[in-house]
Amino acid sequence: MKLFPLVLLALILLAVVLISLSLGKYPLPVADIASFLLYKLFGRGVIEAERLRLLENLILEIRLPRIMAASLIGAALSVSGAAYQAMFINPLVSPGLLGVLAGASFGAALGIVFLKTWYAVQIATFLGGIAAVAIALGIARVYRINTTIMLVLGGIISGAFFTSLLSLVKYVSDPYNQLPAIVYWLMGNMAMADRSMIITAGIPICLGILCLAFMGRHLNVLSMGDEEARALGVNVMLVRITVIICATLISALTVVMAGVIGWVGLIIPHITRMITGPDNETLIPASALMGAAYLLIVDDISRLAFNFEIPIGIVTALVGIPFFLVVLKNARKGWH
Amino acid sequence: MALIRVEGLSFGYHRKTVLDTISLSIDEGGGMALLGPNGSGKTTLLKLVLGLLKPACGNVLLNGRNINSIPHKELARLIAYVPQIHKETFGYLVFDVVLMGRMPHKPFFSRYGEADRRIARDALEKLGIADLAERPYTEVSGGERQLALIARAMAQGARTFVMDEPTNGLDYGNQIRLLERLKKLSREGFTFVFSTHHPDHAMSVADRVVMMRNGVILHDGPAEETVTSSSLEELYGVDVRLFTVEKNVHVCVPAVRLCRKTES
Repeated sequence: MKLFPLVLLALILLAVVLISLSLGKYPLPVADIASFLLYKLFGRGVIEAERLRLLENLILEIRLPRIMAASLIGAALSVSGAAYQAMFINPLVSPGLLGVLAGASFGAALGIVFLKTWYAVQIATFLGGIAAVAIALGIARVYRINTTIMLVLGGIISGAFFTSLLSLVKYVSDPYNQLPAIVYWLMGNMAMADRSMIITAGIPICLGILCLAFMGRHLNVLSMGDEEARALGVNVMLVRITVIICATLISALTVVMAGVIGWVGLIIPHITRMITGPDNETLIPASALMGAAYLLIVDDISRLAFNFEIPIGIVTALVGIPFFLVVLKNARKGWH
Repeated sequence: MALIRVEGLSFGYHRKTVLDTISLSIDEGGGMALLGPNGSGKTTLLKLVLGLLKPACGNVLLNGRNINSIPHKELARLIAYVPQIHKETFGYLVFDVVLMGRMPHKPFFSRYGEADRRIARDALEKLGIADLAERPYTEVSGGERQLALIARAMAQGARTFVMDEPTNGLDYGNQIRLLERLKKLSREGFTFVFSTHHPDHAMSVADRVVMMRNGVILHDGPAEETVTSSSLEELYGVDVRLFTVEKNVHVCVPAVRLCRKTES
């Protein structure tokens, strides 16, 4: 593991967090935020009572939860993308490969149409994501071929299946209230994340990221091929299942928090690999930091670029695609 | 006691028999080459010897223990797989690839330590590729990759190396350099079991040659006694002559080249 790029990326993330805290309809100078944080954390400095209330409201109540949500989602999507890229020995796969996003979208739509409470919708979303990946694994298992190709095919089939089911739910939904709600969800929407959700989803996301970050060595060996990994004493099935469970868990939770946000899980690990090299011991934690910073920046754009807020899923695609075209030239560098 | 003992081993894919009651034993030290046409079951035999496959019948014993009952990690410290060089993987540094050899020595959630790094560096030096440590594995030559994979096998701590066509995909010079390296290591007490398509390679490195066809062993014995023009013709169905160029140095020459000489 290389420490230098990780420290550098952590500092960049910190800077992006401070800048994001200062940006908004009511801009705050970074210096104010710094003095507020010093006051709150260490009891240093003096701030008038009225100003303090304003800052508390703006920073702690409004901006911080959203920043935490964006960081968690960006980190989760990037880490699961990085882990899948290593496992499937392909730098161009994304966390949705095994159908988790399609399944979660279906679960969300189903919840919006048939369930009453928001809480139930979130549970349906999560279960939909898990179900889609379980079906993909089931398909791979039925054919008894333990290859990544079969897993990918299972993922494609399962994803297509849930996408069709999603269309069905859209078709039967009430076009005045429910359909717009579904469409809005599918565009990705950071405004949904509230504090209690950040805590309930954030803790398992952090655990999942941590678990994947500790599997860097195993991912390295796995990307040399299954047989080689087994000859190096690695329990390939155990590693693969652990990675799939962690990645599915954290990606499904991002959909629960903010709907479907595409492209992050594909692009960020790819760009991070160009900076740190492919060693997963460094790449996985670096992707987490990079993904968090990236989604924060994109969220700032979606909040502030226009008078109204653009769904973040649209911005990640619009920012991500040109970005990707630029790096695509080097996409396979050092690959063959 | 034999290092590896293969007893009545049979294996098949999809009802097609690939190996049919194979028995042989391999002693410690030296090299054993497997010769045989494509589809003769060489690779399957190597995978069974590595414990990567479970036999349909029979056993593979390593130091008297059934290989399929030895835990993966322990097995990896005893016997190492040196695969054919990769076509596709990420551009890990050569050093990081060699470091992978330390996997069977590490608990699940842990990181490589200074001791692991030192062992990896020693292995690179032993194979004379220390200067490649910081280069991406995917950007060095095929021969250098093969050496890196051997260095990794050494970092594993294993003394027995199983290699599947180690010279495959290497240019002529690198083939020779690799064979020299293998010969040197086998003199130091490492055991090599490898498959090859070149009788010359078998004769230059191995002191024992096993010839396989259609999943059975045709001949098994000391290299110079086993590799003969009649056994090669039986194995491959082509006309080959053997010449002795120096004492104990034999080359095999295919009849194609001999014909041309007589015509001109």
